[in-house]
Amino acid sequence: MTAEAPPPGAHRNFVSYIDKSRELYEAYGYDQAYRWATNATAPFAELTKPLAESRIGVVTTSFLPRNDGSLDTGDGPDLVLAKEPYAAPSDPAPEAMFTQDLSWDKEATHTHDTETYLPLARLRELAEAGHLGSVSPRFYGVPTEYSQRRTRADAATVEAWVREDDVDVVMLVPL
Amino acid sequence: MCHQTVSLVARHLEEAGIPTVIVGSARDIVEQAAVSRFLFSDFPLGNPCGPPDEPDTQRAIVAMGLDLLALAFAPQTTVQTPFAWANDDWKINFMYVDPTKADEYLAVGEARKAKQAAAKTRT
Repeated sequence: MTAEAPPPGAHRNFVSYIDKSRELYEAYGYDQAYRWATNATAPFAELTKPLAESRIGVVTTSFLPRNDGSLDTGDGPDLVLAKEPYAAPSDPAPEAMFTQDLSWDKEATHTHDTETYLPLARLRELAEAGHLGSVSPRFYGVPTEYSQRRTRADAATVEAWVREDDVDVVMLVPL
Repeated sequence: MCHQTVSLVARHLEEAGIPTVIVGSARDIVEQAAVSRFLFSDFPLGNPCGPPDEPDTQRAIVAMGLDLLALAFAPQTTVQTPFAWANDDWKINFMYVDPTKADEYLAVGEARKAKQAAAKTRT
C-alpha cells in the first residue's frame, strides 16, 4: 500500500517507528499499545585504550541460516523455534543470514548484502588500514523479544562472550 | 523491535564498563531507550550500514561509528550520517495504514492474534 508524499516540511524528517507501529496495531484491533523501553538517562563507559589497539565485537539481530543452509524457515511452527543468543565465527563472514522474520522494510530494500547490517568485512578493512586493533573472532546474535526482561538476560550472555573474546568495544547493528 | 533489543544490550554492556555504539535507523526507539552512542542512518530499516553493494558508503558509515566510539564524551550522543536513500517514498509507505481499508486490517489482526494464541499453547 502506498500513500501520497506529504508536502516538504509537513512531517518531521525522520520516521517515528513508535508512532507507525502504534497506528498499525490499533488498526489491527489490538487494545493496548506496546510500551517501549523508556529511560531518561544512559550509562556511559569510556574507552580504556585507543581504537587502533582495541578489539571490536559486533552484535546483530539477524540469525544464522539453518545447518542445511536454508534461509527460509517458512511460516509454520518451525518459526516459533526457541531463538537463543549465539556466538559464531566472524572470519570468514557468513555469506547469508536469516532476516525474514524481522520487520525491516521489505518493499524498499533487501538484505542479500550482509555487510549492510553485519559489517564484518568493512570492519576488517578498517582494522587493516589501522583505524582499529582487530575484529573479534566471533560475532554475537541476540533474538528480538517483546519481553524486555528476556532481552536483559540475553545481554548478560553477550557480555560473558565478549569478555571471553577479550573484546574492548562493541558495535551493535539492529535491522 | 530490533532497535529496542540492541539498545537494552548496549545499556547492559555500558553498565558493565564496555563502550558501545549502535548503528541504526529507528532513531526514536533508540533515543527513547537512551544509549551512550548512536549513529543514525536515515535509511529504510534493514541496511543501517549502507545500501547493498555500495562498499565505499558502507565503509564510510562504519568508520563514522568508530569515530563516535572514540569521540563521544557524554551519553546519549547521536550523530547522523550525511547519506540519504535514493528517494523518501519509504518514509511514508512503510507500515502505512490506509484509512479506506479498516476491515482488511482488522482481519489481518484477527489472524495474527489467532497465530499468537496458537504459538503460546505450544510453548
